[in-house]
Amino acid sequence: MENTILIKHLLKHPSVMIFLGLLAGFTLLVVGLAEGAGIGLISTSFVKTLGKTLCLCMIAIAMDLVWGFCGILSLGHFAFFALGGYIIGMWLMFARTKLIVLEAAQNAVLPMTQSEVSQAVGTQIFGVVGGAEIPAIWTFADNFWIQIAFVVLVPGLLALIFGWLAFRARVNGVYLSILTQAMTLALALYLFQNDSGLRGNNGLSGLQNIPGFDAVSQADISIWFFIASAGALALIYVLAYGLISSKMGNIIRGIRDNEARVRFLGYNVESYKLFIFVLTAIIAAVAGALYYPQAGIINPAELAPIASIYLAVWVAIGGRGRLYGAVIGAAFVSLLSSYFTGGQAPDIPLGFGTLRWTEWWLVLLGLSFVGVTLYAPKGIGGLIDHLTRKRGV
Amino acid sequence: MLRNLLLLLLPVFLIFSAPNISASPLSSFEELLERNAKLIQKSSSKTVDPVLTEIQEFGGQMAAIFMQSWIEKKLYFVKDTGAFVLAEPAGKNEAGKKMMTVKGALDGKPLGKMLAKSLKQIKPNSGVRAKIASALVPIQIGSDDIETRKIGLIALSRDIMPSHLPPLKRAIEQEVDEDLKRAFQQTYIYGVISHSDDEAEVEAAIYSLKDSLSLDARAALNPLLTSQVRVSKTQPEGQNIARIIIPGRSVRLSDGTAGKQVLMSGADPELSLATAYQMLVEKGLAAAAPTEDSRKETLVAMAEDGQIGPFGLTTLNTDAARNKAYDWLVENNGAPPRVLKAEMEQAVSAHIFYAVYDHPSKTVTNAAREVLAGINSQVMVYKLLDLALDGLSLASIYFLAAIGLAITFGVMRVINMAHGEFIMMGAYTGYVIQLLVPSYTISILLALPAAFCVTFLAGVAMERLVIRHLYKRPLETLLATFGISIALQQIAKNIFGTQARPLTSPAWLDGAFVVNDVLAISNIRIAIFCLGLLFLGLMLYVMTRTRFGLETRAVTQNPAMAASMGINPDRINMLTFGFGSGIAGIAGVAIGLFSKVTSELGSDYIVQSFMTVVVGGVGNIWGTLAGAAMIGSLQKGIEWFNPSNTLAAQTYMIIFIILFIQFRPRGIIALKGRAVED
Amino acid sequence: MAQLLHVDDISVTFDGFRAINGLSFDIGRAELRAIIGPNGAGKTTFMDIVTGKTRPDSGDVRWGDKGVSLLRKSESQIAQLGIGRKFQKPTVFESQSVYDNLLMALANQRNPFSVLSYQRSIIDNDKIDALATQINLSQQTQILAGALSHGQKQWLEIGMLLAQDPQLLLVDEPAAGMTAPERAVTVKLLKELAQTRAVVVVEHDMEFIRQLECRITVLHEGAVLAEGQIDFVMQNQEVIDVYLGR
Repeated sequence: MENTILIKHLLKHPSVMIFLGLLAGFTLLVVGLAEGAGIGLISTSFVKTLGKTLCLCMIAIAMDLVWGFCGILSLGHFAFFALGGYIIGMWLMFARTKLIVLEAAQNAVLPMTQSEVSQAVGTQIFGVVGGAEIPAIWTFADNFWIQIAFVVLVPGLLALIFGWLAFRARVNGVYLSILTQAMTLALALYLFQNDSGLRGNNGLSGLQNIPGFDAVSQADISIWFFIASAGALALIYVLAYGLISSKMGNIIRGIRDNEARVRFLGYNVESYKLFIFVLTAIIAAVAGALYYPQAGIINPAELAPIASIYLAVWVAIGGRGRLYGAVIGAAFVSLLSSYFTGGQAPDIPLGFGTLRWTEWWLVLLGLSFVGVTLYAPKGIGGLIDHLTRKRGV
Repeated sequence: MLRNLLLLLLPVFLIFSAPNISASPLSSFEELLERNAKLIQKSSSKTVDPVLTEIQEFGGQMAAIFMQSWIEKKLYFVKDTGAFVLAEPAGKNEAGKKMMTVKGALDGKPLGKMLAKSLKQIKPNSGVRAKIASALVPIQIGSDDIETRKIGLIALSRDIMPSHLPPLKRAIEQEVDEDLKRAFQQTYIYGVISHSDDEAEVEAAIYSLKDSLSLDARAALNPLLTSQVRVSKTQPEGQNIARIIIPGRSVRLSDGTAGKQVLMSGADPELSLATAYQMLVEKGLAAAAPTEDSRKETLVAMAEDGQIGPFGLTTLNTDAARNKAYDWLVENNGAPPRVLKAEMEQAVSAHIFYAVYDHPSKTVTNAAREVLAGINSQVMVYKLLDLALDGLSLASIYFLAAIGLAITFGVMRVINMAHGEFIMMGAYTGYVIQLLVPSYTISILLALPAAFCVTFLAGVAMERLVIRHLYKRPLETLLATFGISIALQQIAKNIFGTQARPLTSPAWLDGAFVVNDVLAISNIRIAIFCLGLLFLGLMLYVMTRTRFGLETRAVTQNPAMAASMGINPDRINMLTFGFGSGIAGIAGVAIGLFSKVTSELGSDYIVQSFMTVVVGGVGNIWGTLAGAAMIGSLQKGIEWFNPSNTLAAQTYMIIFIILFIQFRPRGIIALKGRAVED
Repeated sequence: MAQLLHVDDISVTFDGFRAINGLSFDIGRAELRAIIGPNGAGKTTFMDIVTGKTRPDSGDVRWGDKGVSLLRKSESQIAQLGIGRKFQKPTVFESQSVYDNLLMALANQRNPFSVLSYQRSIIDNDKIDALATQINLSQQTQILAGALSHGQKQWLEIGMLLAQDPQLLLVDEPAAGMTAPERAVTVKLLKELAQTRAVVVVEHDMEFIRQLECRITVLHEGAVLAEGQIDFVMQNQEVIDVYLGR
């Protein structure tokens, strides 16, 4: 019932249909050209890069919802992203290490007991930080479904507690931004410790190997993850679109434009902000849970406060308050960044010296960001709006 | 370093300052040496004692020189005559033979040159050298020369022997120099504590250390309280018992007594059940318990065709199944039986575990415990003081880093994310000036105004080019300044590279103001504190006594009204921004002095600076001061509870701040009124 | 008890400045009341206190038959009880359509989960259409509110207040920036509204107040100086001294 309403609803909104069509076409194209399933024009590592980019688009949508639509400039959403990655990483690492341990013990005279297995797994995983005991937070790491539930629940709960505290105290504007940045920093510093139970600055690694699928090549796995990321992006896009075009969307935009007025209309602004904050935290966490198996490794440096600010940069360049703007911004800037910092871009000889992109890309990005904020506050999305309106579409 | 130098110079010094040596001691000493020539030439730590005793009894300057040369391997003997001489290499003669300059071993009289071949060096081994040194000490402290006595004291404070006590006592009585006398007395006390057999004397010596905070005092007292864990069937008697240990329950306290395990402290019990049982086994008081590993080995070793009795090996994947199979082995193959936990507990509780002080006297150990407890509590007080000072200097740093931010944020409601990069720019300005100006003192004095100028101009440029256009959009200022921050950081990286650059402080900032062994304040900390104070004063002066300050405050409180009063808010904004940025540059020089200058220097401080401003309250110098004081002391305070982990301290501090904001959303010192409620 | 709102001896201080000083005020269920006073008399602060934006240092504000205290309630709770507020400057959501503005204001469940599951119904649609007609904006429902003229925005805001269906309306300077015909319409609207609910109008414009033909409360230095019909108030010497005389 709901679904049919949703579909009817979507048909009324061509921009969603265009987006979904483009995404589907892009997915088919990549799969067709990829090493794993197609003719091999696109390398496995590039498929992974594209898959990761789709995940970044997801978190950009979350950022757009919370900032572009609700006006909360959160500098903490990468913390939720990384948390999602850590939680799925715990399962990947634990389950795979356990399989390896069991396989190694196959030829032993005595089969291993539960405690021997967990001790061997603990030594394998926590040897780098000088431990062998499995910390309490890993209690359910062996259970895929519980861990998947945690991907949603833990960041959701953290966002709920933090948001409740912050919004209740009416912390807003730049204060809130700083506070979310502080939260991210606190989490990063905590994870940097060796006794955080998450391997300190070593982070979790080997996440590209899916337990029980050792026989499947990375080329194939990369395709699966790419398709899964595309599917999740489509789903989240539709969900976000449904949200902003409903009455909820009216209210959160109202909060962005005039919080006090919404309050005097009788809406409890804090609970709306909290709702959006938690929802987007969960979206970020899901994106992270899809991202890190493709990245293969996660460590606390991933949630340095600067990452969350980059997220804001993407959304701002793409265009706030437009879902496709966020997607374009994230895809455009992150792909360009990896192109220029990856060393593939040709250096430009300037006569008096050479302009090396690896050195000057960040300078360019920073300055162009200033330019966008000053002269094109609506970003690339605003440009698209401008063009389509001109043609009368 | 100095001490070593003195030791090196010593023989030379002794030789030249040697008083007139009358003929009779010289000849009798010569006679002494002659008698013991063999033992001296080929000494070993076993045989050298009688010679040393004899030389020591002989005493005097001559003996001192002789022993010192002996230790330093400058002593030779002439192969033909067996006479002892001092020799130094002196090149080669015409025939190409190695020559040595020779002097009399006792009187230092030059004896001309000799062929190196005809001499033999005496090389005492380290054991012998230690014995000679020990024997030398009484002679040194009994010397007429004050420098020699001081050297003797240094040797004593390193290692005092029982035999040194009587001569030391004599030396104290004879000493005329007050300082040296006190030092001798102190050393005597340590000597008595370590070596005296007289209980009353030791006790008195211990109590005399009551107010001493030095490390030496604690080092002298601590060995008195060492103890050994023992076990017995009955109540132990006639021993100096430190504590009764309850395995798995009691913990060892720092003073050597036993205490209850406090749930919060997380301290492990001194003796675990398994270790206690193992002790019983070693003493033959209980049967050995096969460990889990040895049981596993037994199972593997005794398996036949994948079976242990009725049990298949593949089914042994739980502890219970393994125990069953092992028990079968115990019954049928005579494997050592398992010891169940209840049996262990029973065996352990049937015995008394206790620790015995190594020192036999109860009086002494009690006194040591009491005095040590007193000292420790004093040390604690000083450590707290040290921590407070640490917090204070951290607060000064945060204050310096944040005050510029507080001004710009307070006056213009603009968050400057590039503030950290201004700090970094200030630090690099200091570095560049040090490259140009060789004198560290002058370069630092130049760097402060230069850093101010550079960052002032950068701040003004940024305000004119970017921020001016964004006053109505504070969140976007945050983003734009962040873009600038990325660019500046990368530019710094491109110019100066990623490796850390040093900003060297002048020598007069290197030392420390030493209060006692526990408390020492480094000069750089004092300097930064002074700089913080200076800036507090300067800011207060500028804000309350100058036209610029008045106008700034007017713009802070009500921009529209200020504008209508003829104040040009544009100009004020520009100057304020430059001023705030300039202070960031000066903070950068200060921070660069104690931490390495890198392009990431600024981002390390930016979050703390923001929190300082937010916690303190916007638009108020005292607020920033309060915020800095709170964050600095808080961080140090949390580190106090968990000193090994500064990361955790920062984590908890941030969590605390998030909670603090709940109760004072506008900071410690908040502006009130309708003007701020929008 | 016919009183709808009972304000009892409230005081509030900002940084030593007494904005409200022992103010008491009552209003009945269907009454039109005008509040006047010079700048800084505490008119806006008074509204802030009633709507929960500012908490008084002392005194009490009670609401309805049961005499519920409003002091412990948040702005949104007070709004849900039935107190609507119209700001001095028209504050409508400019980036949203007139329809959406009215939809948000419509008296429905206010918690996020019922909003989330909200689906547009024919009843709500009709209500909005009726409201739009009442405020002369039936042709502009799909237009962005930002594109309306100043007077239209004022009406939209009044329309939003009507959609909330409050028992008490606090209206801050409704006539500011209006043309004479627009004012006449506004006066008519306010009078109409006061038939079924309490309306408090804060205004400077004496001519406008005269047209309202209602009881007037004069505030001065945070307290009530005089209260009564316009002619009575205007003859009061104190009022003439502090306010009208200037």
